Amino acid sequence: MRRFALIAIPYFWLLALFLVPFAIVFKISLSDIALSIPPYLPQLELAKGWEGFTKFLGALDFENFEFLMMDDLYYKAYLSSLKIAAISTFLTLLIGYPIAYAMTRASEEWRPTLLMLVILPFWTSFLIRVYAWIGILGQEGFLNQTLMFLGLTSDPLIILNTPIAVYIGIVYTYLPFMVLPIYSALEKLDDRLLEAAEDLGCSRIKAFWLVTFPLSRGGIIAGCFLVFIPTLGEFVIPSLLGGSNTLMIGKVLWDEFFSNRDWPLASAVAVILLLILIIPIILFQRNEQKQRESEG
Amino acid sequence: MTEALRPVFAPWNDPDEKPLIQFKNVTKRFGDFTAIDDLTIDIFEREFFALLGPSGCGKTTLMRMLAGFATPTEGTILLSGQDIAPIPPNKRAVNMMFQSYALFPHLSVWENIAFGLKREGIKGDALNSRVDEMLRLTRLERFARRKPHQISGGQRQRVALARSLAKAPKLLLLDEPLGALDKKLRQDTQFELMDIQEKTGTTFVIVTHDQEEAMTVASRIAVMDEGRMIQVDTPARIYEAPNTVYVADFIGDVNIIEGRAIPSGEHVQIAWGEGVSDITGTTDKSFDNGEKVHFAIRPEKVSVSVEKPDDTPNAFQGKVLDIAYLGNLSTYHVEMPNGQIIKTQSANTRRLSRRAITWDDTVWISFTATAGVLLKG
Repeated sequence: MRRFALIAIPYFWLLALFLVPFAIVFKISLSDIALSIPPYLPQLELAKGWEGFTKFLGALDFENFEFLMMDDLYYKAYLSSLKIAAISTFLTLLIGYPIAYAMTRASEEWRPTLLMLVILPFWTSFLIRVYAWIGILGQEGFLNQTLMFLGLTSDPLIILNTPIAVYIGIVYTYLPFMVLPIYSALEKLDDRLLEAAEDLGCSRIKAFWLVTFPLSRGGIIAGCFLVFIPTLGEFVIPSLLGGSNTLMIGKVLWDEFFSNRDWPLASAVAVILLLILIIPIILFQRNEQKQRESEG
Repeated sequence: MTEALRPVFAPWNDPDEKPLIQFKNVTKRFGDFTAIDDLTIDIFEREFFALLGPSGCGKTTLMRMLAGFATPTEGTILLSGQDIAPIPPNKRAVNMMFQSYALFPHLSVWENIAFGLKREGIKGDALNSRVDEMLRLTRLERFARRKPHQISGGQRQRVALARSLAKAPKLLLLDEPLGALDKKLRQDTQFELMDIQEKTGTTFVIVTHDQEEAMTVASRIAVMDEGRMIQVDTPARIYEAPNTVYVADFIGDVNIIEGRAIPSGEHVQIAWGEGVSDITGTTDKSFDNGEKVHFAIRPEKVSVSVEKPDDTPNAFQGKVLDIAYLGNLSTYHVEMPNGQIIKTQSANTRRLSRRAITWDDTVWISFTATAGVLLKG
């Protein structure tokens, strides 16, 4: 009984905060847009009893999903989001891995400080930090002024409102999520394994690729998912830094919801996004489990 | 070859024999700390050489210098006559079996063993047959596909050994190879190690703090303390003829008796306090009259009896203070009139119920003139 109660807590949590909201969103995605409050039909009228319920069910349909298939805007937005998420995940890994590696090579007394520096940006509001990038990347911004002052460029570079700005923003924001899991994987690595690899004929570089890198794989995969999953639905960064040129599904969702007030279509977009995300989430879970098993 | 015809393996006594490893005045300092202090030693081919000492005595530093993970501050190390200082660890014909093994956790047993061979560019059938040979040697055939975390500690130890032997190194270094095993498994593994060493003909240098382990496996033992080798000798000589009080005390159980030497002909008398007659001992060292001397004698070389034994130069009366029954052996602690406590050890050849000696009995302890060792200082 006590065991049941213990398991019940996380399951209740999941039910209340994930499954129920998802069921509501899914229901809305099957509804039709209407000029009412809330702005969709049908409404469930429980007062009318069983008849009301069947009438409600009969009015639900997959029209919104069909519409998503027909208009290539959505299809393109999903693809573009996937592309941006994949590229920025790769860039974050490319920058994050050396940072994590350098942190584990630093002397013992420096490590807490370095770890602190990685986490430090979280102390400021995310929104303010993204706004700061507008000030840095703009035509009159800090970066262009510096470059022009140094004579490296005569005309200001156009970075803001391009995909490059979005990549910069995403890599900057999500870097700690990449660095921390890789750092924790590398920190556990026994130095004697590298000595053993050298002893058996590896050069330092070879030992890195044959020992360090495969043994940090768990951290790399965890970091990639932690960056990829939220980036896919990212809204704030592309809308602040990407301008109108960057098509991302998070922005489309926002427009449908708030500009068009088309809750049913927005919900359909969200449901599809979730279905796309379920695949990497399941893969992530499996990776975590395998990791645990191999350490067991 | 019969036992009688087999030559005694003692290349260190043969002046024509060329040593495999030569340490020449090697010193290693870490800042102010001197880990190895002006050390000179030769190690020969096919030797099983044990570096024995307490932690911090420099034995691990010595081994790491052989492997290439540390370089001497002064002096040179020669391997087959060649200075190895400029050769990086991955180019040395030396392999190391690490303490707690350092097996690659992401690779199977088979891949762990193949790791070093692949780095030499060995592949295909040559690789397979060499790895299989190693698996057979260490009796690991059934575990080839397992990962290190899926096998027992003893099996892991054998994987580590197979991995370090796979490249057929001239010299194998073993850093506390059996430290992680329980006592019973350790004893079995010691014999296995000797067996494998003999089969492969590799020179082994083993680092250990376990004197029993060193005694069992080694052809020669170097007892180390504070960066210096106190004595380098065969296990039997280390035990029977320690050259210092430190060595006598470090290896096995021993009674150390402090006294003054009185040379008399071929014997030396040792005055060791009020109320006891002098000990008669023999030595090849020369002592001045009244010089301070330590007499070291192993408990098993002291016999204990109720009656005074005849025809022995050394017989002393004392009182039984303690008896420790160890099953096969009994240890008696006998207090002498001068307060010194002498440990004696005897095999329990009779059943316990018929034992004649008990607590507080007055007994005689005795030993021959050659039973103990006289040590200076």
